[in-house]
Amino acid sequence: MALSASKLKEGDTHTARLVEDLKRTQIVQYAGASGDYNPLHTDEIFTTKVAGYPSVFAHGMLTMGMTGKMLTDYVGDARLTKYGVRFTSQVWPGDTLDSTATVKAIKDEGGQKLVELDIVTVNQDGVQVLSGSAEARIDP
Amino acid sequence: MTAKKFPVEASHILMFARSVGDDNPVYSDADYAKSTEAGSIIAPPTFAQASAQFDPDYFLRPKPGQPWFGSGKNPTGAAPRGGGGGGGGGGGGGGLHAEQHFEYHRHLKPGDVLTATSLPGKTWEKEGKRSGKLVFSESVTEYRDQMGELVITARSVGVRTERPVDAPAS
Repeated sequence: MALSASKLKEGDTHTARLVEDLKRTQIVQYAGASGDYNPLHTDEIFTTKVAGYPSVFAHGMLTMGMTGKMLTDYVGDARLTKYGVRFTSQVWPGDTLDSTATVKAIKDEGGQKLVELDIVTVNQDGVQVLSGSAEARIDP
Repeated sequence: MTAKKFPVEASHILMFARSVGDDNPVYSDADYAKSTEAGSIIAPPTFAQASAQFDPDYFLRPKPGQPWFGSGKNPTGAAPRGGGGGGGGGGGGGGLHAEQHFEYHRHLKPGDVLTATSLPGKTWEKEGKRSGKLVFSESVTEYRDQMGELVITARSVGVRTERPVDAPAS
């Protein structure tokens, strides 16, 4: 399952669908599991009438968490050494998200091969909602 | 995010993995996980964020007897409190989460008992096209295990906007 440096090259990509038609219930589920109960994510009345948004929207960390599945499915369990993202657009109920990791570099640190990845997650309109990078241990 | 005691538990990992739509059995099935390179159940890569559950003062959790700014009888129960300074969920009351970075020294597993200590980082401003002036602030959280070893370093950037960010820039 783990990636191997000898079989990887710069520019290789891995893409996965993260979610189709994101449901408000999944956002509620994430609020409960993470402990982030900001009403902007679950309380349609507060979010539209007080905060002035068109609807509730997903936690950035939900998008990062879903993107994390794409990443760990690609690099393998317990292989990540770094994972960082920027939230570039909001994710709304009903969104469908796809995420791609692209091999940026393969390096060697004291005999340990590592892969550096660029990450982009986009919605159904092709709008980027998250961009970031990751690093993972790989086999020789 | 600050927590004196953040016990990492298998059922919490299971619920967290479900909430991000990750059905990898390494997060839920101890027998399966034993057979993998991970060697045991581990936590998904963003799980440390759930330390909010163990932060006694976390302001994005309703608390008994205290005002809560979400809707009840009225659209809001109270004026939102300040916050969003890079902290966990990124903030409420105009605060949003702009960036999140994790560095894994090792992966978390059930039985770990972590402490989380946060230090404020830089603050900077930017003029945004969609939402007016943006004020960014950073915080760095160190997660240490029961042996005092650093297991995860997290860096969070929160942003406060002048106006709601209502749509992607076309």
